[in-house]
Amino acid sequence: MKLKVLVVALVVAMVSSCGSDGKKSDKKAAPKEEKKEVVEVDPMKDKGIGPITSVTLTEIDQAMADKGKAVFSAKCSACHKMSKRFVGPALAGITERRTPEWIMNMILNPEEMVEKNPIAKKLLAEYLSPMANQSLTEEEARLILEYFRTVKEK
Amino acid sequence: MKTILKSLLAITVLSVVFTSCGNGGSKKGAQGALSGSAAEKVYVAPGEHDEFYAFVSGGFSGQLAVYGLPSGRLFKVIPVFSVDAEKAYGFNEETKPMLNTSHGFIPWDDSHHPDISQTAGELDGRWVFINGNNTPRIAKIDLTTFETTEIIEIPNSAGNHSSSFVTENTEYVVAGTRFSVPYPQRDMPIEEYKGNFKGALSFISVDPEDGAMDLKFQIMMPGFNYDLSHPGRGKSHGWFFFTTYNTEEANSLLEVNASQNDKDFIAAINWKKIEEYVNNGGGTKAPTRYAHNVYNETTHTATSTIKEEVVVVDPSEVPGAIYFLPTPKSPHGCDVDPSGEYIIGSGKLAAELTAHSFTKMLAAIEGEKFDGEAYGIPILKYDEILAGAVKQPGLGPLHTEFDGQGNAYTTFFISSEVVKWKLGTWEVVDRKPTYYSVGHLMIPGGNSRKPFGKYVLAMNKITKDRYLPTGPEVTQSAQLYDITGEKMELLLDFPTIGEPHYAAGCPADLLKPNSKKIFKLEENEHEYAVKSEAEAKVVRDGNEVHIYMTMIRSHFAPDNIEGIQVGDKVYFHVTNLEQDYDVPHGISMIGANTSELLIMPGQTETFVWEPKQVGVWPFYCTDFCSALHQEMQGYVRVSPKGSSVPITYTLDGDAVDAE
Ligand code: HEC
Ligand SMILES: [Cu+2]
Repeated sequence: MKLKVLVVALVVAMVSSCGSDGKKSDKKAAPKEEKKEVVEVDPMKDKGIGPITSVTLTEIDQAMADKGKAVFSAKCSACHKMSKRFVGPALAGITERRTPEWIMNMILNPEEMVEKNPIAKKLLAEYLSPMANQSLTEEEARLILEYFRTVKEK
Repeated sequence: MKTILKSLLAITVLSVVFTSCGNGGSKKGAQGALSGSAAEKVYVAPGEHDEFYAFVSGGFSGQLAVYGLPSGRLFKVIPVFSVDAEKAYGFNEETKPMLNTSHGFIPWDDSHHPDISQTAGELDGRWVFINGNNTPRIAKIDLTTFETTEIIEIPNSAGNHSSSFVTENTEYVVAGTRFSVPYPQRDMPIEEYKGNFKGALSFISVDPEDGAMDLKFQIMMPGFNYDLSHPGRGKSHGWFFFTTYNTEEANSLLEVNASQNDKDFIAAINWKKIEEYVNNGGGTKAPTRYAHNVYNETTHTATSTIKEEVVVVDPSEVPGAIYFLPTPKSPHGCDVDPSGEYIIGSGKLAAELTAHSFTKMLAAIEGEKFDGEAYGIPILKYDEILAGAVKQPGLGPLHTEFDGQGNAYTTFFISSEVVKWKLGTWEVVDRKPTYYSVGHLMIPGGNSRKPFGKYVLAMNKITKDRYLPTGPEVTQSAQLYDITGEKMELLLDFPTIGEPHYAAGCPADLLKPNSKKIFKLEENEHEYAVKSEAEAKVVRDGNEVHIYMTMIRSHFAPDNIEGIQVGDKVYFHVTNLEQDYDVPHGISMIGANTSELLIMPGQTETFVWEPKQVGVWPFYCTDFCSALHQEMQGYVRVSPKGSSVPITYTLDGDAVDAE
């Protein structure tokens, strides 16, 4: 058990120390904070970190959702099944657990999300394999969000 | 503050190391001159980038290595003419055609002179070209991917040495033969060399849009050895200059017999005139055979085509296009200054360096100041074209580059030094030793209209005591000098791969913004690509089995395959589904008689496995890709020939395409 915790801490340290683009910030702090990290944020208020600051949702646009599904099966389905945990979490009902902005930021900016956003950090610690940046455009991420809105948890 | 202190400390430590090495290691005491400031000048702090790229040929390694300057750090070895198991170059099905020739598949060559493409006489950073000497070829490397994308074989040529230099707008990349050979090639007595052997100078056109190469024409010159060449630029654009030796046309013991004549020649070729002649239907379409290999970035696959015709031009057909400039004693280097006025010939065995004047050359042609002819090609009068000579500069001059400030830098092989001298006054300004036996030298852009005269890189043939010994074979090396002051300053030694024969350099900013990060999956048109796990499959076709496989952090799909039989030929076509920067995956199969594959994001590659033993055999990812990399594996069940086990393939116990 202890070993596992150690591994997690190590991985966290490793991941944060090879952040993207060779940023030069001092990254020695991580392991200590780990304990305090009771996620106090209400996930339905957390918009995450990244290019998306606000998304306005209207009625579901089925055409968009269909396109989103196609992008999802090409770029995401190698790691995500909707109804079961695979390499990454099951995603059915995700729009009821996370804000639209958080979801899109997770898609567009996963490196920073898993490094800094408390919810995403916790997910990485659980799944170990990192959520991949599949270099989608904002538009494609938005289509996927629309698709996610159509898949409710059973 | 802390970090500043730390780096200061690091610099100090480094300088101490440098200085102390200098005191301890040097036999000649020459390193004593190395000051702490030399260390600072080459120190590129962790995470910082170098100011220049240097593309250093690997000589007999057949490859091209990419270094940063001033640090001398090695970034990549680009496989060009030799197979590279690390990158599967020449091993995977996609790149094998790149090494095809009229002699069949050749896994090696000797790579010599890289040259970066130019527009209006300045480096444009689109491609770098390099020649293969042994089985004559010219390769083109794309500087967005740093991969070899085209190789063209040069027929009627041998020892492809006076190559691969580009004209001012990359209209042509030029290849000249070192050995003259019978033309046409045939069974004949060697002693009948004289008059029967020819030296082909080849002009390969480069498409300004996509860089596609095409062997446009070959000039069939007299049977001399054509050693090096450079294009005219500025006022002399439209001309090309080749040094010759063995104008004696000896065919044995050349080291004596090819050094008889007091002067050999620089051949001045008005290629614009010959191009015009060819464009108007001139020249002879001669039968021949050579391979033209093109790598397609969209299909991620190379194809090889054998071509069977080449346009040859006999110099006598185009009077007024070719002249010989007499140049003392077996000239080797042939370098043209940034203005295009001076053509520097380095007579290997001469006591002085010769500078011809382009303006005077034109006047001598105009005034018909000839000193006889050779095989119908007029020889210009030496005194009429001479601009000046650098007297007693050193022993064994080889090559010259320019800093754009009116200075030239020449290497001396025998006296092991770089000598700085002034264009126009021909006076020697400085000399610095090299360790040892320097060949080429390189100033970024130093053979263009606009050199970046900050550093010169000298490339040595011999290192002897300069590094820790590694048995009889020791490393070769390059040495970096600061040339911003009046005197040159030696900054750094660094080891190189193979023989660092020559190099081309350019500012990092010219290439950095264009460097490709991933291949887009949507654009992947590989015949066997699969773009999502749902499309993964295994298809039997007689005894051939095609596995359409995907990879992503950190699993393969499918990862369990059954129904393979001993004697099958199993093709693994593997697509990397990642679309993120710097996430390649590898794959290797136990017992496969080939290399691993190393597949970039969005790319598809193929290897072949012919299982010889019944059993269950694993494959795995060879590139550490994530924390769960060690989990990235799979099994193939191999049954006896004729077994009834059906083809099945699964991931996580399910058929791969399950939702
Ligand atoms: C290489 C595997 C991989 C790929 C490809 C991938 N993901 Fe993920 N994803 C994960 C993992 C693993 C996590 C959990 C967080 C972590 O470990 O970083 C995750 C987390 C997520 C989450 C958060 C889930 C939650 O419960 O909050 C969303 C949303 C998501 N991914 C969407 C996508 C989309 C959309 C794509 C396609 C563009 C995609 N992912 C591609 C592996 C992947
Ligand atoms: Cu891997």
